[in-house]
Amino acid sequence: MNLIDNFFFAILLALGFGYFFSNVKKLIRNIKLGKDINRTDNPSARWNNMFMVALGQSKMVKRPLAGFLHIVVYVGFIIINLELLEIIIDGLFGTHRVFSCLGGFYNFLIGSFEILALLVLVAVTFFWSRRNIAKLNRFISKDLEGAPKKDANTILYFEIVLMSLFLLMNAADFWLQQVGFSHYIQAGAFPVSHFISPIFNGMNETTVMLLERTFWWLHIIGILCFLNYLYFSKHLHILLAFPNTYYADLQAKGKFDNLESVTKEVKLMMDPNADPFAAHPIDENAVPSKFGASDVMDLNWVQLLNAYTCTECGRCTSACPANQTGKKLSPRKIMMATRDRLEEVGRNIDKNKGVFIPDSVSLLNDYITTEELWACTSCNACVEECPVNISPLSIIMDMRRYLVMEQSAAPQSLNAMMTNIENNGAPWQYNQMDRLNWKDEN
Amino acid sequence: MAENLVVPTMAEMLAQGKQPEVLFWVGCAGSFDDRAKRITKAFVLILNRAKVEFAVLGTEESCTGDPAKRAGNEFLFQMQAMMNIEVLNAYEAKKIVTACPHCFNTLKNEYPELGGTYEVVHHTEFLKQLLEAGRLTIEGGQFKGKRITFHDPCYLGRANNVYEAPRDLIQKLDAELVEMKRSKANGLCCGAGGAQMFKEPEAGNKDVNVERTEDALETRAEIVAAGCPFCNTMLTDGVKAKEKESQVAVMDIAELIAQAQDL
Repeated sequence: MNLIDNFFFAILLALGFGYFFSNVKKLIRNIKLGKDINRTDNPSARWNNMFMVALGQSKMVKRPLAGFLHIVVYVGFIIINLELLEIIIDGLFGTHRVFSCLGGFYNFLIGSFEILALLVLVAVTFFWSRRNIAKLNRFISKDLEGAPKKDANTILYFEIVLMSLFLLMNAADFWLQQVGFSHYIQAGAFPVSHFISPIFNGMNETTVMLLERTFWWLHIIGILCFLNYLYFSKHLHILLAFPNTYYADLQAKGKFDNLESVTKEVKLMMDPNADPFAAHPIDENAVPSKFGASDVMDLNWVQLLNAYTCTECGRCTSACPANQTGKKLSPRKIMMATRDRLEEVGRNIDKNKGVFIPDSVSLLNDYITTEELWACTSCNACVEECPVNISPLSIIMDMRRYLVMEQSAAPQSLNAMMTNIENNGAPWQYNQMDRLNWKDEN
Repeated sequence: MAENLVVPTMAEMLAQGKQPEVLFWVGCAGSFDDRAKRITKAFVLILNRAKVEFAVLGTEESCTGDPAKRAGNEFLFQMQAMMNIEVLNAYEAKKIVTACPHCFNTLKNEYPELGGTYEVVHHTEFLKQLLEAGRLTIEGGQFKGKRITFHDPCYLGRANNVYEAPRDLIQKLDAELVEMKRSKANGLCCGAGGAQMFKEPEAGNKDVNVERTEDALETRAEIVAAGCPFCNTMLTDGVKAKEKESQVAVMDIAELIAQAQDL
């Protein structure tokens, strides 16, 4: 390569990574719109979770076929990216296969990349067929109508194209190595692409060299495009699965947080020495506290991170008792709605020079209906299923809290239940004084 | 049967200057629901047989606040919780056993932050402890060789990872424990949790309890064992909806053990 190539490559790289990092900054800003919550306790358990669940894919294999195929794509993705390092060095300094100095080990590396690339192609084809031919329920659900469906397929096409370019590039390189063309030194093992290389037979050497360069450039451009596509796609999970599993709730799944603001009020109410007429200290800048969540800013940042991490696989929804019995609730849709709304809020902030101008839209009603929220049995099946420890349930609960405590908008029968608890300490209308009657009944 | 029950209250114990070994938290269903009262009595019979010094709060017990919390009413939940904690702490309660997974979860997980820290066990765990300590013997009796399937209550299983205690007890009955296609961490909800017990379901094409009952019937079990008064109700209704009530019984683990010993 000549200097112009190297210069062009450097610019391309700077643009690719530059735009990506500007979007990462936006992503972090949006996540920080959420309320603060401390999830830094017990770091060893958190690292362990990340190691097992994100890196080790321990929850993916609960569904063996999808789990196995996913591991193939995942391992392929991580390992083949080692090759990216060589591509970047070659691109910046005009070298060719700079790591070939590793000798036999280099051959081993390239050989294994090729086999992985082939396996990824097979796995991705499987994934594509599951979505588009076998039409598994969770992939044809109406949660995914329109953009999400396109997104899912786009990711698969991207992977097919990238892997094909990688193999074609190697095939051309191998062909050129065989004919001893200029600087194409004998390096690498090509267990897959040497089967492809005969397609170049009969072409002239310069044409094949140009093809090799084209594949090489398209491959790196493709990778940079894919990297920048992440922010706009459900595919963000390849990065966010790691922080998401690290910051996931470590407590028993049945434990729902106790609202601290409520505790203060209840304690005041129950304190016989409290003066009910005492004036509250007035803080001019204090924002009146809101119970529960009606919009994304009322959720905590881990819930917002959850929303960006969700890759819309739908395992949660397929395990949800409400969804399986035809109710509107879909935990996956709760996560997708949260992300969509958060993105909308983010765009609003971008447009208004860093401040959010209220837009009379909210997560509640505009994105998630009360019918969905009230269908939840809080059974934790969605939380158990999620391969990256997302909790749709915590969002549902926070929104119910808003409905009940801010709007008194519970279904009538639940209001009756709560009135009973208030009046007689049981969800039904029985006198508390009759609590021990069972002892003497036959 | 009523004459046989010995049910001291915490107040009576305190008057005698005694501290019970364990406080039995009966719960609202266990106190008022006709079906669940039978579970409560069966459990008390076992406690009496094993000579466990227990006591109940009786009229001083009140809803833990679980359904209010799951419905979104954190105020009501915390009011209930703090009142109950005052009572429990006044009696210096150390260990609590309950036959309701909802009470179990709330007492165990949500009370500590509000000032109520106790050792809380589900009745199946407690029965297993008695068994291991040699204070209780279980024989199969009428259940020997019967096909029994166990439905995992969400608030016992997924919520608190208790899967083995109820199964161990069923196996002690020399019964044939058969698993549903969805069990343990993959178990399907009965449809009652999250305050659903107290409202009509949203529009759909099926009731959750019927879906779950189908899982249970698929195992061709003669008995569907439950460990939760609400699951019990939901599955009983499901079995009726499937018109199988003459062939399949829904029973709590405590009832199985009490009946096997002819208590």
